[in-house]
Amino acid sequence: MTTGGPFQLLDAVVRYPGRPALGPIDLRVAPGEIVALVGASGAGKSTALRLLAGLEQPAGGRVDRPAGTATGFVFQSPTLMPWADARTNVALPLELSGVTAAEAGRRAEQALAAVGLGERTRARPRQLSGGMAMRVSLARALAVEPDLLLLDEPFAALDSITRRGLIEDLHRLWAARATAIVFVTHDVEEAAYLASRVAVLSATDGRAVADIAMPGPLPRPDGWRRDPGFREAVEIVADALARSMAVAA
Amino acid sequence: MKRLADALPALALTAALLATWEITCRLLAVPVYFLPPPSAVAIALVENAPVLAGSALQTFWMALKALAVAVVGGGGLATLVSLSARAERAVSPLAVTLQVTPVVAIAPLVLIWAGLDHADRAVTALAAAVAFFPVFSGVLTGLKSADPDLERLFDLHGATRLQRLWRLRLPSALPFALEGIRVAAGLAIVGAVVAEFVSGSGATQGLAWRLLEAGNRLRTAELLAALVCLAAMGLTLNAVTAAIQRRALRDRI
Repeated sequence: MTTGGPFQLLDAVVRYPGRPALGPIDLRVAPGEIVALVGASGAGKSTALRLLAGLEQPAGGRVDRPAGTATGFVFQSPTLMPWADARTNVALPLELSGVTAAEAGRRAEQALAAVGLGERTRARPRQLSGGMAMRVSLARALAVEPDLLLLDEPFAALDSITRRGLIEDLHRLWAARATAIVFVTHDVEEAAYLASRVAVLSATDGRAVADIAMPGPLPRPDGWRRDPGFREAVEIVADALARSMAVAA
Repeated sequence: MKRLADALPALALTAALLATWEITCRLLAVPVYFLPPPSAVAIALVENAPVLAGSALQTFWMALKALAVAVVGGGGLATLVSLSARAERAVSPLAVTLQVTPVVAIAPLVLIWAGLDHADRAVTALAAAVAFFPVFSGVLTGLKSADPDLERLFDLHGATRLQRLWRLRLPSALPFALEGIRVAAGLAIVGAVVAEFVSGSGATQGLAWRLLEAGNRLRTAELLAALVCLAAMGLTLNAVTAAIQRRALRDRI
């Protein structure tokens, strides 16, 4: 079932014992939109993702998330089951959602082929490079055909070439299905390249202090990183991020 | 070949120690009841081979049964307890109590319960009590060691309790469980021997009885031969469990 969204946090407040409350966070993600979340560490970027995923409930405010939303989640590390091969790892969310093992396996193979790992379906996580393991993780999130895809600094541990390759892959897969994507990163350039919109969260309480539309088409044309429009967008986001931290300091 | 090269330092040290022992005994003419030379122990080992083998088998069999009971009981209880925090809080203090109570102290009680005609059952039960804790605590720790992000993934896709246990927590627990079983295997042998000592007077014909008998008669070479059997038994069980561990976890590291 496709719900498409919109998905939003309205004045959502999260409390953890022994720490100052986070929020109120406001964030709206329209169908087919790619939103990058940037902000200092501890600003609540991961919390915002978990709220959108329904993994956490807000202590105050609201989370709008249509019932039956298929959600894909990509964590900071590949988070694969080391005892299972790539196919089993990718099929897992489908099987948990009640898809038969055979059908889940078939769709897992398709998802792996879509991220360029059609030949490695039987590989164990330890036999894969960091980039490949992250592709498996991406395939696992995509296998459920998500209406909402959430990524929590997924490529931070990878080298910059692998990272750029994965971002192109993500754009290509997004173009095929126009999933709403929320992507947490602390890399300003990555945010500006990847997203149609960048939300900057305040370092002190996770409030969105800036919401900046990114210029240019998605997926990005060749040489986009050298385009003056892109360079300017990077600087605007960097300034907003610096301001969000200065308030805290 | 590599295995052999790895074992070489230990073999060399053992050989050196044995040689020193032999030479010292001969040079100082140490009385054989006090410390027989390794050669005398070797002869005792060969001469008493049938009796020792029978006794060793008996002790080994009791230890193995005890280990099986500990694995099924400890592993099963840990799995059940892991399903509820309240159950864990209720059971864990009791498990710790069992662990800190010396096996010697509860042996007379267990012997009464098992009946003096069934000393072997008492020995098995006591050895199982000693081997229980490492399995229980290993499995319980392992079940709680699953990657928190994988736990979130299971939350996200609405996994049932059984799916979570079967597909995430039990596989995550395997390395911990195997380590617990390896420790428990050694303890099961220790427990079996201690329990045999306590049950006393040949009620079981295990290795502990051979040790006592040889000691009482000042047949020190036979006593040491029985000790060699005991050490060999422990090493064998350790090697087997370590091999299982390596094989089961081969794909992970």
